[in-house]
Amino acid sequence: MGSIAAKRIEPKAGPVPEAASPEPAGTASKERVFFAINKASKYLDVLALSWVTPILMMAAGDSLSGNLKLLWQRLGIPVISILMFLVLWAGLAPQVKTSLGAIPGPAAVAEQAIVLHKDNVAEQAKAQAFYARLDEVNARLKAAGRGDEIVKRSYTGKPTYYQQIWTSLKTVFFGFFLATLVAAPLGIVMGMSPAMNAAFNPLIQIFKPVSPLAWLPIVTMIVSATVASDSSIPKSFLTSAITVTLCSLWPTLINTALGVSSIDRDLVNVGKVLKLGWYTKVTKLVLPSALPLIFTGMRLSLGVGWMVLIAAEMLAQNPGLGKFVWDEFQNGSSQSLARIIVAVLTIGVIGFLLDRVMYALQSMFTYSANR
Amino acid sequence: MSVHPTFNSSTRQVPLASLFASALILAACGPSGSAPADPSSIQEASGPVILPMEGLEKTDLKFGFIKLTDMAPLAIAYEKGYFEDEGLYVTLEPQANWKVLLDRVIDGELDGAHMLAGQPLASTIGYGTAANIVTPFSMDLNGNGITVSNDVWDQMKEHIPVDAEGKPEHPIRAEALKPVIDQYKSEGKPFNMGMVFPVSTHNYELRYWLASGGINPGYYSPDNVQGTIQADALLSVTPPPQMPATLEAGTIYGYCVGEPWNQQAVAKGVGVPVITDYEIWKNNPEKVFGLTEAFVTEHPNTTKAITRALIRAAMWLDEDDNANRAEAVEILSRSEYVGADAKVIAASMTGTFEYEKGDVRSVPDFNVFFRYNATYPYYSDAVWYLTQMRRWGQISETHADAWYDETARQVYRPDIYLAAARSLVDDGIAEEADFPWDTDGYREPTSEFIDGLTYDGRSPNAYIDSLPIGLKDGQTVSDQAIQN
Repeated sequence: MGSIAAKRIEPKAGPVPEAASPEPAGTASKERVFFAINKASKYLDVLALSWVTPILMMAAGDSLSGNLKLLWQRLGIPVISILMFLVLWAGLAPQVKTSLGAIPGPAAVAEQAIVLHKDNVAEQAKAQAFYARLDEVNARLKAAGRGDEIVKRSYTGKPTYYQQIWTSLKTVFFGFFLATLVAAPLGIVMGMSPAMNAAFNPLIQIFKPVSPLAWLPIVTMIVSATVASDSSIPKSFLTSAITVTLCSLWPTLINTALGVSSIDRDLVNVGKVLKLGWYTKVTKLVLPSALPLIFTGMRLSLGVGWMVLIAAEMLAQNPGLGKFVWDEFQNGSSQSLARIIVAVLTIGVIGFLLDRVMYALQSMFTYSANR
Repeated sequence: MSVHPTFNSSTRQVPLASLFASALILAACGPSGSAPADPSSIQEASGPVILPMEGLEKTDLKFGFIKLTDMAPLAIAYEKGYFEDEGLYVTLEPQANWKVLLDRVIDGELDGAHMLAGQPLASTIGYGTAANIVTPFSMDLNGNGITVSNDVWDQMKEHIPVDAEGKPEHPIRAEALKPVIDQYKSEGKPFNMGMVFPVSTHNYELRYWLASGGINPGYYSPDNVQGTIQADALLSVTPPPQMPATLEAGTIYGYCVGEPWNQQAVAKGVGVPVITDYEIWKNNPEKVFGLTEAFVTEHPNTTKAITRALIRAAMWLDEDDNANRAEAVEILSRSEYVGADAKVIAASMTGTFEYEKGDVRSVPDFNVFFRYNATYPYYSDAVWYLTQMRRWGQISETHADAWYDETARQVYRPDIYLAAARSLVDDGIAEEADFPWDTDGYREPTSEFIDGLTYDGRSPNAYIDSLPIGLKDGQTVSDQAIQN
């Protein structure tokens, strides 16, 4: 039974402290430390750092064997699997020859990642030079009595890799925010009223499977027609963000509706007994109990949105990671494939981090609901 | 002596102004130490430095381009500081494809763009998205090639005469391709070829070459925009970066595209360029710099400044008999411009062109940016493209010669070009002799085509009728056939 408990170790349990036999006073502080580590491990889990827990426990003096086993499971196996993947990649990649050269192995990709970073540094230097030149021209304009022509300008060079990542993140969050704004209230309404559910369901089922690339031309035309040319938000940004919205609002919508409609019957009855007003019902009963599912939906939406964004950016020309990939493909240089793979890995890592952030938010609310 | 740089600065004041300005630049750069590190970011302190002209309506501009080597004038104008000299702060943004580029210019996201010579014309006459696009600047001459797959080349070689050294005789005529196409037809395989856009120069040059060899490239009709009516060779749009890959995959057997995609095919071993458009029509117009008419009307000073900067860039590219081309290749090979390997770009921009692997021939005018009045927007160039659109049915009806002239005048704006050129000459930056001040907009009639036919821009209908394959006066296309 002890081993089962050890295997089933989850945040709440922790390794069974060996407090069966009477111990001297040091045990009490040790137990406090273990307790603290256990509490921390909840958060570590959420941050995908669950392998830190066994290390901390071992450092605090807990038994080695149980913790080593955990460490192996949580850190050792994943690391070995990643290493094997890298070895496999390095071995197989040069076998595949394309018209852009052989597929690059991990070394070439790492090299291009460093090159991209260096490009970023070089671009900063260029930007500095640009501002120096700008200041100089402005000084000459002032000297010539044309000081009113001086305008604040930003650097006109290409966006660096980090700026492109940032643009992609901004776009996806804007689109996601719009999606949540539309989907959450609509989902609540649909969940609370079977009539509304029946009304919207067919539309949802039809529009849900539509790919972003099919939405893109329509969205482009609408944005072109309605947004003024010199607005401060670029049209390409809006087009990409709205395409993200259209594709990513479905998981939130469906999960919210599901969450709201599956509130515990008892709670609903309580609401009826207390004759709660509509607003109180929603904020005190419906939302809190539906929150776990709403957050699940939002997490799925963000994941879908991130995937959709890359495709949308390629065609809408929003200067983010999608455009980076497309431009590299158009370059067709010997480093292009390696750079594209760097972008693929970046997209994956960022997607993973976004997912973790949403999971963290979700577990915060889930825990509070299960109090 | 107080230096007040003015526009009508005589040639004596300018060197003094430049000395003063150079001193300021050096003083500004000195203490910081970081700026001079990157040579390309330094303004050329050697040429005359001028203050931007007054009355610029819009100075923060965004231009689009496609990743082809003939976007060079834009890259050079940016990197060498010519745009900044004019007080223009330009962001150059590569676009996904020609359609996206055109749409973004039309709806104002881009202020101007590197365009195919046919795009402003087609938009103005309403073929494709209708919009009034004008051009005050022709970006280059020549610069394209037709590449075929290795298999097709092997079959073509049997029909190509060899010269004294045993190498295929150039220019390779399409007659050598005809038996290959007939062979494919007899096997029931459609002979697919790629080009970049329905109104692209590549489309018309490929069709011209095919037709000169007796191969019908197909007609367009008002209902059929594929352009494959009665075609022996089926032409379709393929994006340039995908061309080598689709050639290798066998989806297309040949394509016509700009650089670096022909040399790329040779470098990767997937195809063989058979002819350059220089050999199809010596010194043919290729890309133009397009802006919407609305932009030009609302921002005349800005347009003039843009044209000045581009003329300077074009001059630099052809300066001293192409002495600067190596540097241009380095700039274009950066990932934010064309991004292809420098070796591949240099294969066509530095005076040679590689056909079969190892068969490198001297083609010094493969890309012409300024000489032969390459940058002047000649009406006759516009009319040639209109005649080709009519020849293949994109313009569905016959029009009087005057219509061709009027349309050309609507789109091509040599007035802006000459005003910009005049101001450059006045500032001492350009030579008077480099520009054709007195032309009426029509080049002299020329027969430098692969089939020797004569083109006179003043008589487009006569020219259309003289072409072997193609719609003649009064013919239209409907129901999959030519109607008289």
